[in-house]
Amino acid sequence: MNVLVYLVPMALGLGLTGLFAFLWALRTGQYSDVEGAALRVLSDEDVED
Amino acid sequence: MELAVEGIACGSCISKIEGAVKRLPGITEARLNFTNRRLRVAWADGALAPAQIVETLERIGYRAHPFAPLRAEQEEATEMRRLLRGLAVAGFAAMNIMLLSVSVWSGNVTDITPETRDFFHWASALIALPAAAYAGQPFFASAWRALRARSVNMDVPISLGVTLALAISVIETANHAEHAYFDSAVMLLFFLLVGRTLDHAMRRKTRAVAGNLAALKTDTAHRFAGDELVSVPVAALNSGDRLLVKPGERVPADGVVLSGASELDEGLITGETARRAVAAGATIYAGSLNYAGALTMRVTAADRATLLDEIERLLEQAASAKSHTRRLADRASRFYAPVVHTTAALTLTGWLLAGASFHDAVVTAIAVLIITCPCALALAIPAVQVVASGALFRAGVILNAGDVVERLGEADTVIFDKTGTLTLPEPRVANAAALDPELLQVAARLALSSRHPLAVALARESARNVPYEGVIEEPGQGVRTTLSGIEARLGSAQFCGIVPATARDPDSSHIYFAYGGRSASIAISQKLRSDADDVIKALAALKLDLHILSGDRTAAVCPIADALCIAQWAGDLKPAEKIARIEVLKAQGRHILMVGDGLNDAPALSAAHVSLSPIAAADLTQAHADAVFLGERLQPVLEAVAVARRARALMRQNLWLAALYNAVAVPVAIAGAVTPLIAALAMSGSSLMVTLNALRARRAS
Repeated sequence: MNVLVYLVPMALGLGLTGLFAFLWALRTGQYSDVEGAALRVLSDEDVED
Repeated sequence: MELAVEGIACGSCISKIEGAVKRLPGITEARLNFTNRRLRVAWADGALAPAQIVETLERIGYRAHPFAPLRAEQEEATEMRRLLRGLAVAGFAAMNIMLLSVSVWSGNVTDITPETRDFFHWASALIALPAAAYAGQPFFASAWRALRARSVNMDVPISLGVTLALAISVIETANHAEHAYFDSAVMLLFFLLVGRTLDHAMRRKTRAVAGNLAALKTDTAHRFAGDELVSVPVAALNSGDRLLVKPGERVPADGVVLSGASELDEGLITGETARRAVAAGATIYAGSLNYAGALTMRVTAADRATLLDEIERLLEQAASAKSHTRRLADRASRFYAPVVHTTAALTLTGWLLAGASFHDAVVTAIAVLIITCPCALALAIPAVQVVASGALFRAGVILNAGDVVERLGEADTVIFDKTGTLTLPEPRVANAAALDPELLQVAARLALSSRHPLAVALARESARNVPYEGVIEEPGQGVRTTLSGIEARLGSAQFCGIVPATARDPDSSHIYFAYGGRSASIAISQKLRSDADDVIKALAALKLDLHILSGDRTAAVCPIADALCIAQWAGDLKPAEKIARIEVLKAQGRHILMVGDGLNDAPALSAAHVSLSPIAAADLTQAHADAVFLGERLQPVLEAVAVARRARALMRQNLWLAALYNAVAVPVAIAGAVTPLIAALAMSGSSLMVTLNALRARRAS
């Protein structure tokens, strides 16, 4: 059962990575315009001719 | 700078707007937020005037207005981020603790070693304690505030339950016990935060729309600086300023006419539809529409006009007299908290008297606190409120306060104002059916070139929004142009060379049109909202008592009441008389929904149990309404009532569901048979049940 000593902290570490990724996204305003982001994909404005 | 942009319909607008603005010299940033319809622009200092950006947008077909975010809105944004952070932390903690808890539960029935179990429990404690301390802040703070004010709210049992559950779990863990309740405590916080975040998100969304509408409504006034005219925002006007009010504009502030003569439409203020002639020396009120000629006026906001004074005084009275109806949730929690705490205390003493050890008795009592689960109860009402306000938002109703849904659901009497509420806020062409459609189209397109109110009303009939070129406006007379060699004239009868018919309807105004050899007399008058008849019938079918109270002449109210089959109506009412009638109805124990738009309705709106106001209403009126509805139809009023009634029924249902759940779960807990597994299942099950039931509020009927 000694393997748990490594596995549990590893699982927690992975979870924390996800948590911090979310907090980062929140802080940098990734959620401020949810509808716009879906529509911007369709625009060709940024393509160099 | 931020601009609220009107007219954004689809995704391609993003690149169109940003592209056009970025092509201006000196622009460093232009980004459109599609979700809240706001454009953020930044430019190098002195490179261009902000007006240029607005003009550019207008040329490509969008109306834009500078937008200063309100303090309240910024605070809400911060609060939202705090809630989301708490939600993320609680979610992370709940998932991971559940992972550990499931291992312990399955281990307990197989062959987990006590060492492994202790390790899992300590790991859970390590996650749960900081997470609860962080994510629980909104609840702890609110509970503390309530306790300090010597009252009890829903957050008190929540905070107490969470804290005690965590404390007992730590003690149990230290004693190498089999059970710990870390998962229940954190999951409780997670569920409650989900409810609170959704509630907040919905409110922010409606607030953003309301903010944009307010920005689009703010007008500029033309102020004389010496002999020159400058455009200034209305908010920047001072008493004593000299202003020019052009025909077709609203009077920006209360004041006295210095020179010029015109007719004013004061419908927004008094509900009166007949126009008042004013000349030098006359007192005029903000919000009146200038119909005929240009006026020069002096602002006298300092010595308030008697009319506004009276309205404000009534408003204050109405607001202070308004009985504070206690909300369903408050009533429930006031009842709930003492019952739960007494039950827990009784359990403790009961087990002690039955000879159980102190430790076992305390554990059982805390299990009761956890299992009574404020969760289902705390979600029962907010969940319905979120779903219902979402449904109302889609129907075009924007709520100003949190408990509007509840109060709307209680309404049994509806009082309508006439002008601007049952009728459209702006006049329309009344005799469109009697006119040659082709001729009407040419006239309407020609009318696009004029700002005169009658022409503006006519222009609404135009199918194309592109004005003719080379249109000449003759001030005070009309507009003319030449279309493929034929002259077209729109304006007064004299200007068009027409002899007006003598018999005229006193409630409509006429504008004349001559095109080649043909001519038309176009009648413009107040028209009922297109669906008023159907909505009134549907409201009557909902067993609502309908009334009309109007400030307009009795003769003007009568035909409307007849057309809509509303038996109880009155005209010629002053604001105080409207309130008096509402008080009479209130004394009969009725719950009144007041729908009105005029400045004269503002006190009545505050006096009523709940109030609605169309988006075209006067600012002061809108501020006092509980909800605002958008668009030209009356349908939102009907939907608001229907959705709110359903929501109220669902709230009660949810409270009963939560009570039923407790009735089943509490005896089990008192018996001491609750394991953490049962607690977790019961908690998720009841929350899910209540939330799913709330989703039924989406459908209006």
